Formats: sequence, C-alpha cells, structure tokens
Amino acid sequence: MKLTVWTYEGPPHVGAMRVATGMKKLHYVLHAPQGDTYADLLFTMIERRDHRPPVTYTTFQARDLGADTAGLFKQACQDAYDRFQPEAIIVGASCTAELIQDDPGGLAETMGLSVPVIPLELPSYQRKENFGADETFFQLVKHLAKPQAKTERVSCNIIGPTALGFRHRDDVAEITNLLFELGIEVNITAPMGATPSDIAQMGKAHFNVLLYPETGETAARYCEKEFDQPYTKTVPIGAGATHDFIAEIRALSGSTALLDCQGLRQTWWSRSVDSTYLTGKRVFIFGDGTHVKAAARIARDEMGFEVAGLGCYNREYARDIRTISKEFGVEALITDDYLLVEKTIEALQPEMILGTQMERHIGKRLGIPCAVISAPVHVQDFPARYSPQMGFEGANVIFDTWIHPLVMGLEEHLLHMFREDFEFNDAAGPSHHGGHQPSGIASNLVRKAAMEEQSSVLSAGGDVAIWLAEAEKELKKIPFFVRGKARRNTETYATSQGLSEISVDTLYEAKAFYAR
Amino acid sequence: MTEHIPPLSATGCRTAPVLKQRGQREVFCGLTGIIWLHRKIQDAFFLVVGSRTCAHLLQSAAGVMIFAEPRFGTAILEEADLAGLKDAQAELDRTVKELLARRPDIRQLFLVGSCPSEVIKLDLNRAAERLTQTYAPKVRVLEYSGSGIETTFTQGEDACLAAMVPVLPKTDARELIVVGALPDVVEDQMVALLTDLGIGPLRILPARTIEDEIAVGPNTVFALTQPFLGDTHAALIRRGARHIAAPFPFGEEGTTDWLSAIAEEFNISREVFDRVTEAPRRRARHAIRQAAAPLNDKSVFFFPDSQLEIPLARFLSRECGMTALEVGSPYIHDALHGPDLDLLPGGPQISEGQDVDLQLDRCRAAHPDLTVCGLGLANPLEAEGFATKWAIELVFTPVHFYEQAGDLAALFARPLRRKSILKVAAE
Repeated sequence: MKLTVWTYEGPPHVGAMRVATGMKKLHYVLHAPQGDTYADLLFTMIERRDHRPPVTYTTFQARDLGADTAGLFKQACQDAYDRFQPEAIIVGASCTAELIQDDPGGLAETMGLSVPVIPLELPSYQRKENFGADETFFQLVKHLAKPQAKTERVSCNIIGPTALGFRHRDDVAEITNLLFELGIEVNITAPMGATPSDIAQMGKAHFNVLLYPETGETAARYCEKEFDQPYTKTVPIGAGATHDFIAEIRALSGSTALLDCQGLRQTWWSRSVDSTYLTGKRVFIFGDGTHVKAAARIARDEMGFEVAGLGCYNREYARDIRTISKEFGVEALITDDYLLVEKTIEALQPEMILGTQMERHIGKRLGIPCAVISAPVHVQDFPARYSPQMGFEGANVIFDTWIHPLVMGLEEHLLHMFREDFEFNDAAGPSHHGGHQPSGIASNLVRKAAMEEQSSVLSAGGDVAIWLAEAEKELKKIPFFVRGKARRNTETYATSQGLSEISVDTLYEAKAFYAR
Repeated sequence: MTEHIPPLSATGCRTAPVLKQRGQREVFCGLTGIIWLHRKIQDAFFLVVGSRTCAHLLQSAAGVMIFAEPRFGTAILEEADLAGLKDAQAELDRTVKELLARRPDIRQLFLVGSCPSEVIKLDLNRAAERLTQTYAPKVRVLEYSGSGIETTFTQGEDACLAAMVPVLPKTDARELIVVGALPDVVEDQMVALLTDLGIGPLRILPARTIEDEIAVGPNTVFALTQPFLGDTHAALIRRGARHIAAPFPFGEEGTTDWLSAIAEEFNISREVFDRVTEAPRRRARHAIRQAAAPLNDKSVFFFPDSQLEIPLARFLSRECGMTALEVGSPYIHDALHGPDLDLLPGGPQISEGQDVDLQLDRCRAAHPDLTVCGLGLANPLEAEGFATKWAIELVFTPVHFYEQAGDLAALFARPLRRKSILKVAAE
C-alpha cells in the first residue's frame, strides 16, 4: 500500500487508450466497472477531441459479480464489433477486472470475429500509463506487421506519438517536414493517425524514427530484430539534439540533401545581448525521462543555465537519468511522489523550474517561475497554434516558453535598484504577466481593492446608501475579484430605488436585477 | 412563462413508463463525491483504499487538477497486498498513521472503499472500528464505499452521509435536520429562510466540522436538499426520523414547495410564510425571466448523470418554458423523486440506467436544442452540432434556493446564447 496524493501517470489501460484513441479503425474493448469511463474525458476535454475514444467498457456492477461477467464481456465485444466495424480489436482489463480473472483475451478468441483480436496483458498493480502505451503498441506491431520488401526510395516510419501526448501533434508535423527536406519519405506514422492495415505495412520502411521512447521503444526494438530496421537514438529536442538527429538520419539513409537552417532563431536569440541575464540561472528539471534528458542539455548548452537538480517520474528511465545527473554533477531524483518533488525543490530553491503541470503548481506555491516541458498534460498543453518541441521550430518554441515566466533583463535590474517601490517590486512578479502572482500578491491585491472600494464610498459622499452589517458580511462571501462589481451594482441599484440602507435583501434584489 | 406555472395535473410523469436499459454507462463512480465533500467537511480527510485508477480519477474528474493541499488521498494497493504477502489491515494501520502524523488537524477520517477493495473483500468496517479505538477521542474513523460497482457519481455523497447516521447521538427533541452538502453561501441563505419562518432547532448534515453536534431520534424530521440521498434517507428512517417529502429546492417553485412542506410540518401560518418568502420569490421570478429568455420553447434531452435530472427537468419545463424530450436518471426513487415527477408535465421519455450507444442514437433522432450530458460526451456532441450543457457543473455550482434560481436558468441558457453569438463555424 502506498499513500498517494497526486500521480504523474495513470494506470496502464489509460496508456492503451492513448494508443487506441490516436489510431483510426481500431477498437478497444475494456473489461471495467462503472466509473472507469471517466478516462474518456481526458481525451474529449483535455485534448478537446471531437469524437469519443474508440473504447467500449463492459461496465459491470456488484450484482454482476456473482453472475456472468464473462457473458457481459462477450456481449459488449460483439456489440462493439457490430456497431463500429473496426479493422482490429484490442481487448483487456482495467484494475478491477484484472482481479476477477475473466481472461478477456481468451473469451474474445472464442467468438470467431472476422478481424484480428489482440489481447493485452497490462498488470495494473505493478505498471503505469507509459508502460501501457508502449506495450499496447508493441502488441499491435507484433500481431499485425509482417516482413515486407523495402520501398524503392529511402523511407522510414515515425513511431511513438499517441493521443494525449505532450505536443505530439506538432512534433510529428515538424519532423515529417524535416525528413521531407532530407529527401526521406515517411512510410507510416504510428500509433497516431495509423490504421491497423497501415501497421501491417510497417516492414516496408528502411528504418524507424523513434520520437518518444516512452511509448515506442519496445516496438522499435522488435522491428529492428524482425524487419532489420535500425532506429534513431537521438530525440530531436533542442538545436544541438536536432543537429545530432540530422547526422543520425544522414548516416541511416545516406541523404546528402542540403538543409536550410534559417528558421532556427533560437541560437541567435540566445547569443543576443538581451539574453545575458539568463546566464547561470539555477534551474531544477523534472518530467518524463526523455524530456528531462533533452531539457538538461538545452538548459546548459543552449540557454547558459546552471542545472541545480534533475529527475524523472518514470522508473523505466532511471538509469539514463542517473547517468546524465553524474555528468551534470547533481543528484538524480527518481520518484513519482509529488510531495517529495516539492520538498526537493523547496530545499534547492532554484530560480526556475522546468517541469510538468504538477511542478507548475509547486512553483506557484513557492513563488518560483516554472515552464512546462513534459507530460502529464493539462488543457493548456494543447494550444490552438502550432507549437512543437522538436526540430528547429521546436527549439524556437522552447526558447520563448522558457524565458516567458522570467522577469526580463532590464526589468530585473530596475527591481534591484528600487526594492522598496510599492507596486514595482520583486514580489509583484514579471510585469508582462497578468494573473500569475504567488498567493502573497493576491492578498495584497485584495487589500488594494478593499482600499479602492473604501475610497469610492468616501468620495461618493451622501448619495450612497449605508451598508448594514449583515449585508456587508454577505458581500464578503463573494470572491474578491468580483466583489467590487457586486458592491458597485448594489449601490447603484439602492440609489436608483431611493434606498438609504442596504440590507441582505437589497444585495440580492440587485443581483436579480442585474441577472444575465 | 414563469408567471403562468401550469397547475398540478394528472398528466405528471410519476406513473409514466420507465425505459430501463443496460449496457455501457457513461458515468462517474461514487469516489467523485470526494471532490466536493472534502471542501465541505473542513476537518475531514478522505482516504481511498484503491488502485492507481482511483487516484487518477480523483485527479482528473473535476476537469482540472486542484493542487491546494487536498484533504484526500489514495492508499494504492500493490501486487504484494493482493498476493496476500502483506497483511492488508496492518498496511492500512501503517498508512493511516503516516497520514495522521502529516495532518494533525484532521478530526474525521473516512476510509473509502473502491472497486478493487470491494472485489478482494477488504474489511474496511473492521479497520474503521479498530482505528477509531486507536485514535479516539481525537479522530473518528468511518468507512463507506464509493466504488463504481456499487455507486454512481453522486451516490458517493449519499454513502458518505449514510455512514455518518448510525454514529449520531440519540435525542428525543423535536428537531429538523436538513440533509445534503450545499455550498456555504447557499446553506446560509437556507438557514436564514428557515429561521425567519420560525423553524428550529435546525441541524445540517453534513456539518462543517465534527464540533457541530447533530442528534437524531423519533421526534426528528428531515428534509433532503439533494435528490440522490436514497441510502441516507433509509438510514435516518431506521433511526426513527421522519422524511418531509417535497419537490427539490430548484427554481422559485421548487424552493417554495420545499419550504412550504417544512412550514406545514411546523404549523407555520400562511401569513408568516408569505411575508418571509414574498420578496425572494419575486426576485427569483424576475431573475429567471431575465436569464431564461433563450430557453423558451426550446427542447432539452438529459443523459443520466447525477440524479438531479428529474427536478431540473421539472424546473426547465415549468419555469423556463422548455420541453423535455428524454429525462434520463441513473436511478429513480419514488420516495425522493415522486413529488418532482408529479409536477413534470407528461410527454418526455423517462429512462433509468443507460446503454450509452443506444441513448446517443435516440438523442440524434430527437435532435434536442439542448443536451445535458457528461464531459465525455459533450465535445463529441458539440462537434455533431448539438448544444450541450456539462452536467457536472450543476453539481459544482451554487444552484439551490431562490437567490440562485436565475443562475440556474443562466447555466442552461449560456450554451444556447454562445451558439447564437459565434459567427464562425468550427472546421
């Protein structure tokens, strides 16, 4: 038993859902109790998908447990097949269904469906989301892909991107374009955007581009062994890594096409004198292994930061992270315990955090700026604009993203010069930010708003109705950011009604009057 | 519209045939209730004994992550717990000790059962008794199940409140208990209304802290503010209390009927009742009229979610001029939902339970102007051209009683207003 407050990864069946939802014409029949359907909203809300994930849940309840949950599974599987007509079906169990041991794989096999049925074994009580995605994709490749004659022209597959991935949509576009400029065709991209029949064609490619080791490495290794497809080892996040990645592609493909690197502005932006204030800023880096590895290199070599500490939440990459932490001369933090991460950051007191949405909240609490570099994702990690992390444009995006939370160069100097200025001080946060201040500032704002309210009352003189104590108390229950408006509306209303006193009733009369 | 509330007629929906289907249910499990209960009961901690899925649900359910130090957590079962390599009860003792050491401010601890803990038959009742003895008098430990195999969404609150009833002290006093977790500002309004009517002594379950004493006995009467409290209703009756049946306090009419049923029980005169409620009733009607204009003559389709569907359909039909096409509820209890069904104008398909694919087919065929559904269905339906209202917002927003009646109408009106202002179609 392990006490957990917040988790970095979901259960492994959510990883399988990320693969299924990213793909087309694949259906996932999940043996699961009522309530596990919550996972649908990760995709429809966080990623704003306009379709339901292609998942059928058996939705068993307590009264089914003594009866025929296996029959329920078969019925759900048959209904899903009839309704959705997928090219292939994956079947598996969520954590509770794993305990009742109905063997969805075995049951589905007996049904004689005319499409491939691929059973998933995802141990819910040992493994997590990334494992689930990696294993699901591997099983799909293993069951569907067959050795094939290679394409005439040099081609590759892009593997690893899934639904609900951190910037996967834009990374794939950026890298596809880069490969095109190098004269290399993309055979298929999978899982994201692929159908099961596409996966069957994977063997045609000459090599694989592995963008996300967390969700594609097992499949990449399998293809290397079975289809004689080597795969790329560099993840092209950052300018240096992108150059290394290009070199790797050239070695694998023999491409000598010239590349136009004009679009890479990050390297000059970083050298321009305005960026000198970045020098030696102490940063703490935390996220999934792949993004942390890339971020550490960018932080040191491309931004001129000092890496004060780093770590990852996925144990599968613990060894890699320990290796680079030695190189950086810091201790590696390998944990999925949110509270321990918070404690570590508090002790290190970095000037900036490069982390996940979870660290963003730690930063908010501790008053440390934070830029997000990795999953777990949040609705904010799916911007409407093109915003890759990979390739040259990715390097530009990362530069902008990382410096955005910081107080900029000259402003920083002014803060040092005029420490006591009541509205322009270091507790006020960067001046280009609106609502991102740490809590201390919020309460200052409340005080300021209260003072303004007070003065407006005083200056208004005799025309304004008097607030009765009960009404004043009621007003305090309204959140501070709309309280001023509520006060003004109520007073205007009271004046218009010729009232000399404002009671709780008046407050609500006014609320009803202005109701929209 | 609101001036002409249809009279109570024999054409209500109480005896209408109920469509019962079973298949995939697109609903939350009862653990979700923790999201609001842990804010409501300020000295309580909710410890889910479950899996990584449970922890992930709690983190994702509200649609956002709430990173304030939460008063809930999950004791995640691991391989060794399931294989019997570790004594689950001893593990629980260790986890609770760790937790209470970190949170010395906690006075009430709820051990919350989950699907996996139910399936492996982990005896949380025994654990709660043992832990209460260990930590009494400082901390009281109770248990309930929020598992998906036993509870749907808001039934988690029901299970939690029902677990508190047996340990309430006994009283012979004639008292009113109002049952259901409400936002503080709404609760204060309700207390003010009942106090002005001269009704008391008044107790509220759940109380904000363990210090607020509630007792129960044969002279207790109780009213429910939420339509999903079936087990709590039964538990209070077992303790001898009597239920005051009434429509639920949504909208002007619902609030008036609810208050009126209680006032009658306490022999409050018509004059007093009218004097106290006249002004807020007028305000509520006014606010609804302002907010509900976009709803008039529009149709609405409810997917089952929180058991609020029947009272809300009644409100939308009778006070906002809408026509209900289907009203789906996860469960229908006649003792609780009957008064609202009596008032709901006949016509809509009443359904209980769900096969989501079949219900989506019906929704597409009915082509409602507004569809009330869960977060998993909202964006896909919007993409098909349907205006939707997320049902979960109805549970997380102050919507009860007079002063919120306009806000409640506005919640439903906003998607329609938005649809009418946006000039560029989605690609």
